[in-house]
Amino acid sequence: MSKLAEILKRHQTDIQADWIKEMSSVNRRKDLITDGEVKQQTAELLESLVEASKSGNVTDMHSSQYAPVRDFLSSISTSRAKQGFTPSETASFVFSLKAPISTRLRKEVKDADELFKELVISNQLIDNLGLYTTEMFIKTREQVILRQQEEMLELSTPVVKLWEGVLALPVIGTLDSARTQVVMESLLKTVVETNSKIAIIDITGVPTVDTLVAQHLLKTITAARLMGAECIISGIRPQIAQTIVHLGINLNDIVTKSKLSDAFALALQKTGKKVVKAERSQTRAASQAGGNDDPRKAS
Amino acid sequence: MTGRGLKTAMPRKSETLPIWSASDIVAARQTVRQWAIDMKFTLVDQTKIVTAASELARNTLQHGGGGTMQIETDENGPYVGLRLTFVDKGPGIPDIQAAMKDGYTTGGGMGLGLSGSKRLMSHFEIETKVGEGTRVVVTRWK
Repeated sequence: MSKLAEILKRHQTDIQADWIKEMSSVNRRKDLITDGEVKQQTAELLESLVEASKSGNVTDMHSSQYAPVRDFLSSISTSRAKQGFTPSETASFVFSLKAPISTRLRKEVKDADELFKELVISNQLIDNLGLYTTEMFIKTREQVILRQQEEMLELSTPVVKLWEGVLALPVIGTLDSARTQVVMESLLKTVVETNSKIAIIDITGVPTVDTLVAQHLLKTITAARLMGAECIISGIRPQIAQTIVHLGINLNDIVTKSKLSDAFALALQKTGKKVVKAERSQTRAASQAGGNDDPRKAS
Repeated sequence: MTGRGLKTAMPRKSETLPIWSASDIVAARQTVRQWAIDMKFTLVDQTKIVTAASELARNTLQHGGGGTMQIETDENGPYVGLRLTFVDKGPGIPDIQAAMKDGYTTGGGMGLGLSGSKRLMSHFEIETKVGEGTRVVVTRWK
């Protein structure tokens, strides 16, 4: 049996004290974590480490005996990732255990060969624990990113009703395949739900229109057309227009407008509606009925 | 008087980005846009360069199976330009003449990526060898 397990058990409190000292000499984030927490966390990790090494296994940290150690490390990494620690700061929590253990081994093991063997084993164990901590840290970050991506996907595709039978879809950001799918689905769904005849796709917020974006737009328009809705693309800026021409994308069959307001005017015209300027007397009547937003006219 | 297009005190620099996933294409676009802005290209030119970069980066990923994009400044006498080099070690293009034609596609796209980028940039160069890979160099002069 390795001496490491035995030494860990016998000198648990000493090692912990050295460890805390070692940690405070390296950069410890006093702004993010209190002394009490450090003390508790070091005690808990050492406790579970002693428990796990009782079996004599000090090399394979992926075995079932080390499950509590792994759980504890992953909970520490997760909480630190969320608190705003850097990966190195998180990993150094484990790595700073190396020196105290090595010092202790040197004191306890007299034979040079044996000492070397024990050092190799303990280094390996702590390296693995550190790597595991980093892995868990990154995993937590990835989960955060993934969740944000999903949130953005939902956020960025609102289909709004502008008027009876007229929908607008303001697209903002990059139109990649995953997003286009969501955009297309929500547009087609809303077309059916609201029985709309015209859908305005506004691309003012799309930074780059390349062939893939154009193709996605054309597919969406074709699908909407199959369902009896007509699409108007608005928000084509001058630089985008020139780029589309140079690329050679054919948008001849599509109704396009530079501004959303132009597209809306066209949509109203197509649905047989007209915006007229209110007469003065009508305005007053409307304001009395509570339909006017301008308070000056109401008085 | 504004000296548009003339060489200004700009250090020669270069940056290489990996293109191994769809999000790398987004990063490539953003980096190229920043370079174009820093080099004071006009808004139209910025858009053209970014669009060409987007097309070529997507080719590198889809047809070449991934590769790299190098961004650098180029000088020709008094003029400065932005040069992009896309390199992949993919299957290469067997019929380059066909691939450069409008509407020719093997990937289900619109078939305008190569020909379109050629029109968007001032200078276009393609080297390809079947089984070895493809290298596309494009430059936009100010």
